[in-house]
Amino acid sequence: MCKIVKKEILVPNTIYLKVEAAEIARKAKPGQFVILRVDEVGERFPLSLAGWDEDRGTLEILFLIMGKSTMKLSALDEGDCIRDIVGPLGRPTEIESYGNILSVCSTFGIGPMVPMIKALKEKGNKVVTAMEARDKASLFWEDRLKSVSDETYVVLGDGSLGKHRRVREFITEYLESGNKVDRVFAFGRIFMMMDCCRATKPFDIKTIVGLTPIMVDGTGMCGCCRVSVGGETKFTCVDGPEFDGHLVDWELLIKRKRAYLREEAQAFNLWQPDNLRRIAELSELPERISVM
Amino acid sequence: MAEKPKLNLNRVPIPKQTPEVRRRNFNEVALGYTDEQALEEASRCIDCKKAGCKDGCPVNIDIPEFIKAIRAGDMPEAARILKSKNSLPGICGRVCPQETQCEMTCNLAKKGGPIAIGRLERYVADWERDHPEIAEQQKERIRFNGKKVAVVGSGPAGLTCAADLAKLGYEVIIFEALHVAGGVLMYGIPEFRLPKVIVQSEVDYVKSLGVEIKLNHVIGKIATVDELLENGFDAVFLSPGAGAPVFLNIPGENLSGIYSANEFLTRTNLMKAYLFPEYDTPIQVGKRVAVFGAGNVAMDASRCALRLGAEEVYIIYRRSKVEMPARLEERENAEEEGVIFKLLTNPSRFLGDGRGRVRAVELHEMELGEPDESGRPRPIRKPGSEFIMEIDTAIPALGTRPNPIIPSTTKGLELTKWGTILTDEASGRTSKERVWCGGDMATGAATVISAMGAARRAATDIDKYLRGSTEWS
Repeated sequence: MCKIVKKEILVPNTIYLKVEAAEIARKAKPGQFVILRVDEVGERFPLSLAGWDEDRGTLEILFLIMGKSTMKLSALDEGDCIRDIVGPLGRPTEIESYGNILSVCSTFGIGPMVPMIKALKEKGNKVVTAMEARDKASLFWEDRLKSVSDETYVVLGDGSLGKHRRVREFITEYLESGNKVDRVFAFGRIFMMMDCCRATKPFDIKTIVGLTPIMVDGTGMCGCCRVSVGGETKFTCVDGPEFDGHLVDWELLIKRKRAYLREEAQAFNLWQPDNLRRIAELSELPERISVM
Repeated sequence: MAEKPKLNLNRVPIPKQTPEVRRRNFNEVALGYTDEQALEEASRCIDCKKAGCKDGCPVNIDIPEFIKAIRAGDMPEAARILKSKNSLPGICGRVCPQETQCEMTCNLAKKGGPIAIGRLERYVADWERDHPEIAEQQKERIRFNGKKVAVVGSGPAGLTCAADLAKLGYEVIIFEALHVAGGVLMYGIPEFRLPKVIVQSEVDYVKSLGVEIKLNHVIGKIATVDELLENGFDAVFLSPGAGAPVFLNIPGENLSGIYSANEFLTRTNLMKAYLFPEYDTPIQVGKRVAVFGAGNVAMDASRCALRLGAEEVYIIYRRSKVEMPARLEERENAEEEGVIFKLLTNPSRFLGDGRGRVRAVELHEMELGEPDESGRPRPIRKPGSEFIMEIDTAIPALGTRPNPIIPSTTKGLELTKWGTILTDEASGRTSKERVWCGGDMATGAATVISAMGAARRAATDIDKYLRGSTEWS
């Protein structure tokens, strides 16, 4: 059981949690993730680490509400406990002295990017960050990224900020205008990362992406998270989660990620009325709300 | 001189759910002996002077004595005898391959009717679980000797080693990677063969000996073996289990709907996907399921698929019936339930539906040639025999390779060419001082009881070493 000590709703569909997990906090490294199970009937699912505090024994995670499991997690409050957290899992990011780094992130990828940029800076790299959000209302942690990066650019999908709507357009222009980049790191939605790889490919700049396929055990035992990289099958949980984005079979990744869309919708739709009923019972309403 | 009693060679059959009923539910298949049946079976034991059965047991249970106690109606004594050598009798009575162990060396086996030792073991274990007050009375007072041992993994080997050492007075902490204790007994072996309440009650017994189990602890990640040794543990016993699944390595294998047996069984058993959407983890089975391989895991996967609602389930195996590695009993159970065996058949590729899901598999026929290095006849592909079989789900059940997490994070641990940890069979010692190993990580995939036997030998050696009666090398 891991207690939630802080909760913030960053933007309406993205939640930040700080939880007690001292042993994991002692060992966590940039690029690693944990597997959670919200309650006794919950599924196991991975979330990247957005930060950790060894002294206080806490972990930070942030996530997008996507389905039943993340919705259940978002329904927990400060003082509540998460049933299980296991980690730190996956291989840490290879933090070297690369030179000029372009870090690209969006939504839940913003979280893990913060500790990674910090670590890259400590190694003497120059880090330029490009973050993407749908619109102004979905933008968060701009200040955090600014405080750790040398330069930060924001790209908004509604075009309300500058001429770019997609981070890919920004990357292309940035590279075409002669900026030297030695390595790109991209975390976030699959389509964003795939786009980013398309933009960097013509310039032949190694682009590391953090993949988030469906997982079960997270320790290399089941093979659910297998991806194809350079024609070879890899397990994201033990061989990754970071891979060379130019070698990733994106189509396969997307299809595997969508394999349970029907079940996910079913579970979510059943949970909602059920949960409403429970809320009604908890608040001791005189008449039960009819939810069926 | 007394008249020689006549040998009774009729084993008392164990009541089972009928195949038509059980193939659609997850309840236990074998229902266990009634008191009368157990007594009748126990009465067949001739109490030989030279009891062959004992030699066949990897953990040396005093089999004639516990059977004698059943016969005498002294169930507490029967339970005590069992528990003194085996901390997990309810599990072993259900999943041990007795036909190649105690029941094979039973002197009545030569005449064709060995005592049903496994069924009697199960009977005693179940009786004991129904009488918790007896276990409480029999609980021995343990004196801690001040030494501390870490056990990695809470499967059959880990639980056995932990229980043995706890009884000897050691402080034992088990580190388990998953969110429940039991390892393969929880995620692998299905509910209908080994109910999870049985596993949990035997795990509780091990805990009652003072063993602490830390769940959600992946050794190699949250702490390394070296850190355990530096931070107060006098010895480490490694039993991390089976590890990484082996796939077929044929085109199309990453399509959705193709599960490793490990994933299929983990979703079903550990995550209770058969209760979806009450439980959150989903599983997709469809109408036609193909399981590749013919070991016990393949039998478990195929029988789970039936219970999850599949209409046709095939076991596809490249050799013939004789070479099938599964226990005869499991094979018969699967056959009775309607699993279809397609022997001398091998897949060459999977075909997708264009949206990333598996739609069919291309198979070809095989014939058997000269024996290969495993001693079994080498299957050879028959040219021009390809055909397509439509399927909704495919489950390769081809065994596992060792998980690299521990070897890659531990200094000075020598490996075999198969990637398992080099381990001395008699003592369980590895090449690293104060580190022992047992179970699948030492031997490659094997049985629950052989892992327990190895764990028992390791526990004995750990005790000897920590008491200072033997040197490391």
